[in-house]
Amino acid sequence: MPEMTLVEALNLALARAMEDDPSVVVLGEDVGLNGGVFRATVGLEKRFGSERVLDTPLAELLISGLCVGMAAQGLKPVGEIQFMGFVYPCLDQLVNHASRMRNRTQGRLTCPMVLRTPHGAGIRAPEHHSESTEAMLAHIPGLRVVMPSSPESAYGLLLAAIRDPDPVVFLEPTRLYRAAKGEVEDNGEALPLDHAFVLRDGRDITMISWGAALKETAAAADALSAEGVLAEVVDLATLKPYDEETVLSSVAKTGRCLIVHEAARTGGFGAEIAATVAEHGLTSLLAPVTRVTGYDTIVPMARLEQHYMPSVDRIVTAARKLCQFG
Amino acid sequence: MASKRANQELPVIARFDVRHRNYLAPDGSINRPLPAFASDARLLVALYRSMMLLRLFDRKAVALQRTGRLGTYAVSLGQEAVSVGIASAMQEEDVLLPSYRDNGALIWRGVKLEEILLFWGGDERGNHFSGPVHDFPFCVPVGSQAPHAAGVAYAFKLRNEPRVAVCLFGDGATSKGDVYEAMNFAGVHRLPVVFVATNNQWAISVPLRLQTACETLAQKAVAAGFTGEQVDGNDVLAMRAAAEEAITAARDGKGPRFIEAVTYRLGDHTTSDDALRYRSTDEVQARWKEEPIARLRSYLVGQKLWSKADEEQLAAECNERVEAAVERYLATAPRPPETMFDHLYANLPEAYAAQRHELAGERDA
Repeated sequence: MPEMTLVEALNLALARAMEDDPSVVVLGEDVGLNGGVFRATVGLEKRFGSERVLDTPLAELLISGLCVGMAAQGLKPVGEIQFMGFVYPCLDQLVNHASRMRNRTQGRLTCPMVLRTPHGAGIRAPEHHSESTEAMLAHIPGLRVVMPSSPESAYGLLLAAIRDPDPVVFLEPTRLYRAAKGEVEDNGEALPLDHAFVLRDGRDITMISWGAALKETAAAADALSAEGVLAEVVDLATLKPYDEETVLSSVAKTGRCLIVHEAARTGGFGAEIAATVAEHGLTSLLAPVTRVTGYDTIVPMARLEQHYMPSVDRIVTAARKLCQFG
Repeated sequence: MASKRANQELPVIARFDVRHRNYLAPDGSINRPLPAFASDARLLVALYRSMMLLRLFDRKAVALQRTGRLGTYAVSLGQEAVSVGIASAMQEEDVLLPSYRDNGALIWRGVKLEEILLFWGGDERGNHFSGPVHDFPFCVPVGSQAPHAAGVAYAFKLRNEPRVAVCLFGDGATSKGDVYEAMNFAGVHRLPVVFVATNNQWAISVPLRLQTACETLAQKAVAAGFTGEQVDGNDVLAMRAAAEEAITAARDGKGPRFIEAVTYRLGDHTTSDDALRYRSTDEVQARWKEEPIARLRSYLVGQKLWSKADEEQLAAECNERVEAAVERYLATAPRPPETMFDHLYANLPEAYAAQRHELAGERDA
């Protein structure tokens, strides 16, 4: 199997989806000749033509609104928003239309669209390029929110998102675009949505994360194993709807639950997981459910962003505390 | 003075015209030669009947709302010619993207009266049109359906289908970026879409002069690179003619068009509004002289195409049709509560199955 970066795996999945299904259309700013600002769509315009790979005007609301109209007419639009900081004009379309088209027409019209956008900090980008506001999106009924964490999952989950009959927001871990490398076979096989993946088996503590923060979480698990603590690492992958069963059964096994996310703590998706564990897994807990997250601040610009994101040290320290509890 | 002269020497590089279309004067007399379809007496009568049906339906809907049997409702009073005229020029396979005051267009296209009542009565099943199955449901967030229209038209163009998307919104919507973004994109790709702004002078309580400094709304199309026309929205012949021309051009690959339909909202914004708070009875009374139904009736009567007996028969027919629809609406029981989960996703995710059971009481049973 060829080794590739996460962004190359996304490109491969897009090409595969477009090859397999003529109704798949890619649209966004600079996605055509330029191949997208992160090169996720490179080569697609040449291969599939500018009618199916279209450079839109610079208007994010438009991109999401076009997706809704196209999807209701049977196309499978894959829209790209260049950075998560620019996704907010799309919220009206996501909340009022994409997520509820099926429901408000009782299944007469549907909205099988994907909205891709980079997620998170860590690439020393300018202001407004480093947000991680996934919890906001995961709060919207009728949407799916999906986040890969490796080239392999990027390929399989993006294919799944495009094939899904409902709208999916696909959040791509920006700092893993090129940093994450792995073997990906272009076999057209999708990974399941609404499914969490156990990346590493353990018995002492469950560490749940998603997207780029899994990198530090996995490194923390390595460090902990040197101390004899075996951490189970769960990649949530789909935040909405999320796989409670995998989380609860892991916590039932380990008795300890540590949630790691880059987003600000208050109202972050970790709170949802903590609530689920409190409601359905309390009796298996040996220690309080704990979160290691970004702070409740504006995500700082380049000079301080490393201090904002959960570090391996913070994760290890929190995990040790849980294991020593009581 | 020197700089003024210098400015006069700068060349004009672009000029734009906005035309106004009108055939019938408020008294039903003819201002200019009528379009070809006006010789089709059956069509003219059909337009008249449809506007009357809408007015009587609205009256009944308000009565239902006032007696607690319908939710908030938006009447089309005074602007019936816009939605009826536009819809009458569409083909069945075209797609309509209506705003919440476009009942007339939906009814013309085959949406059942009881479906419209169901929607305003608070039941999503009202949007499950049995008629034009690809038409969009009422758009409530103002103007946010304009990008959908561009997306729909893009799909038509990509698939090489001779179909047109027709998007209706109000004067207030033209102040939103949504509408401009959609029109701009439609212009770039010469999409088969017709945008129609029903300029009824009021966005709830905000008058047009606080909405825009433009002389016309039609000129907003200029910024998107295509033609905008202003039409007398109280003249159904003008509406039909403008729509026919625009829709045909769009279907023939000549790109998008914009129609500003100038009319007046004679009624309140909705049943929850009291227009006397912000406009005078005198203003409204004056506008009644221009309303579209009396205007077409005068013309038809003058042409001996319509009589008092026809009028009485039509009123009886409309009332019967409306009453039958109301009966079916009122006889439609609410859905079981747990069905609110049934069209959330194609397949209800496992994560929400328990909530559905909870609502259905199946867990306790």
